[in-house]
Amino acid sequence: MAFFLETLIGGLMAGMLYSLVALGFVLIYKASGVFNFAQGAMVLFAALAMARFSEWIGGALGGDNLILANILAFLVAGVVMFIVAWIIERLVLRNLVNQEGATLLMATLGIAYVLEGVGQTLFGSEIYKIDVGMPKDPVMMLESVFEGGILINKEDFIAALIAAVLVALLWLFFQKTSTGRALRAVADDHQAALSIGIPLNRIWVIVWCVAGVAALVAGVIWGSKLGVQFSLATVALRALPVVILGGLTSVPGAIIGGLIIGVGEKLSEVYIGPMVGGGIEIWFAYMLALVFLLFRPQGLFGEKIIDRV
Amino acid sequence: MIYRENGQFKTSYGADQQIFPIAQDRYLVVAIIAFAFIGVPFLADEYFFRAILIPFLILSLAALGVNLLVGYCGQITLGAGAFMAIGAYAAYNFLIRVPHMPLLGALILGGLTAAAMGILFGIPSLRVRGLYLAVATLAAQFFSDWAFLRIKWFTNESSSGSVSVSNLEFFGLPIESPVEKYIFCLAILVICALLAKNLTRASIGRQWMAIRDMDVAAEVIGIRPMWAKLSAFAVSSFFVGIAGALWGFVHLGSWEPAAFSVDRSFQLLFMVIIGGMGSIVGSFFGAAFIVLLPIFLSQFLPALGALVGVHVSTTAASHAELIIFGALIVFFLIVEPHGLARLWVTAKEKLRLWPFPH
Repeated sequence: MAFFLETLIGGLMAGMLYSLVALGFVLIYKASGVFNFAQGAMVLFAALAMARFSEWIGGALGGDNLILANILAFLVAGVVMFIVAWIIERLVLRNLVNQEGATLLMATLGIAYVLEGVGQTLFGSEIYKIDVGMPKDPVMMLESVFEGGILINKEDFIAALIAAVLVALLWLFFQKTSTGRALRAVADDHQAALSIGIPLNRIWVIVWCVAGVAALVAGVIWGSKLGVQFSLATVALRALPVVILGGLTSVPGAIIGGLIIGVGEKLSEVYIGPMVGGGIEIWFAYMLALVFLLFRPQGLFGEKIIDRV
Repeated sequence: MIYRENGQFKTSYGADQQIFPIAQDRYLVVAIIAFAFIGVPFLADEYFFRAILIPFLILSLAALGVNLLVGYCGQITLGAGAFMAIGAYAAYNFLIRVPHMPLLGALILGGLTAAAMGILFGIPSLRVRGLYLAVATLAAQFFSDWAFLRIKWFTNESSSGSVSVSNLEFFGLPIESPVEKYIFCLAILVICALLAKNLTRASIGRQWMAIRDMDVAAEVIGIRPMWAKLSAFAVSSFFVGIAGALWGFVHLGSWEPAAFSVDRSFQLLFMVIIGGMGSIVGSFFGAAFIVLLPIFLSQFLPALGALVGVHVSTTAASHAELIIFGALIVFFLIVEPHGLARLWVTAKEKLRLWPFPH
């Protein structure tokens, strides 16, 4: 039982990390109808920027003030992500208004290649580490309930908390601010939004920025866990089932989807994996999402798709 | 002045309905095919065959298959690499496990296995659409990655999942030298392209296009979506599977599951989108673009660096390749979202009126 709970909690925390990446997908899809395959590359880019800036700024400050260096690096990386968002909007999206979904999808794949190339040219292609002072040691919990207690990774726990806070902030931003309302209006109908005076291009820059910040947070957390390296870009592929399971247009969906996928992956790996030779995590997540989709084709919380002839 | 159909009267339905109704098109296509069969083997050297022509032919075939599904039936797939892998490994198993299996038989059986798996993984398309489906097809990709790595029976108990074939022969003719391989692939490609073209002109192709344009409306006029979608998945996977088998057998010789990774799937979709969705000739353009561009960049960049006096290291060059490749793709999508095939059509239209503007 304790082992089951431990796996379950591990899965939930892994799920929160997936939802962090999934959030970026959802934000951009919601506001511009673009399925952004470059989200993984953005995570890599942001993580690289963060890792290198904290190294450089830390070096410039003399290396004794880790927290200040990290905060400054985070801000600088945020500015970098803003510039990236602005360039993408300016050079790519603005020219691809009203194109088919598949074309936009391919364009974002092109952006992903460019970001991967530029990121590694600017910041180097070694393996870097991000040290934001997160506690690495696991803690024992509930020792009175179970024999031996449950092992919980403190780092994962903090990461999950950060993800939760980020989601709450995004929810507030989307529901309560006027910019958030404008974003939702654009998501609903580009033309109608334009006609009531919402500046479409600025909205897109904003939403790519927000997605960039989400990528930055995801990149910092994933990077401090796994190290910043090229494989970070493939995190996006792990997050895709989360996105379709939760629904492409739903922020809470990304969270719930992330939790379901995280738990499903961990439990399947532990209980089914040994029977078939292991390594089933990644396709199991897709199969799980697929099963849900068979019952709800628009994902758990996605907007209902209505067909009219 | 040359490209004009004046005086070409069609006196039968057959003449009106043929694939290339304009005589000049017909002559051109026959000339190109004849040149590809007879002229190219004398002109190209071994590097050209190995690095460019054979990959181009095989990937064209795969892109053709993907185009039937994505371009004609409107079902976006990101799992094409999986069907290449299934075709390759199925053909391999048929070849080594069935005694006296001819190469062609193994290829076709490999294609049929891929088609069967295509139907299986196409079932979600009956319920799920658009981008959701695109992500759902990734399930096929990751499942096949896993299956060919972990299930040892498929790879004849080899530890790393790598298998190899040798001594290929086609009814007694050996397929060893690059020229023989080239001719073999070319023959299969020509037959498959003809097949695909005729499928898209026939009732089944029209059903696919109706489904693509609007599936609810198609259903209303009496097209069965299940039959149309699953047949598109089957036919597409068949072509992709044969291409996968050729890629493994003829191009690589020995391969492992990583040869058919998710990057391959993206690459195939790139070919279709850049070449032109819903266009047979577009698949060839797309394949040529995607095959040639990296080779061109890897040759050209160090030369350019040397020209301006900068030594370009290998890593810097590979990063620059990524950047330029991505940027060019975005550029092409912006200037011609309908693909290279549309440029081709526009050029032909202009040529018909030339030298007059209207």
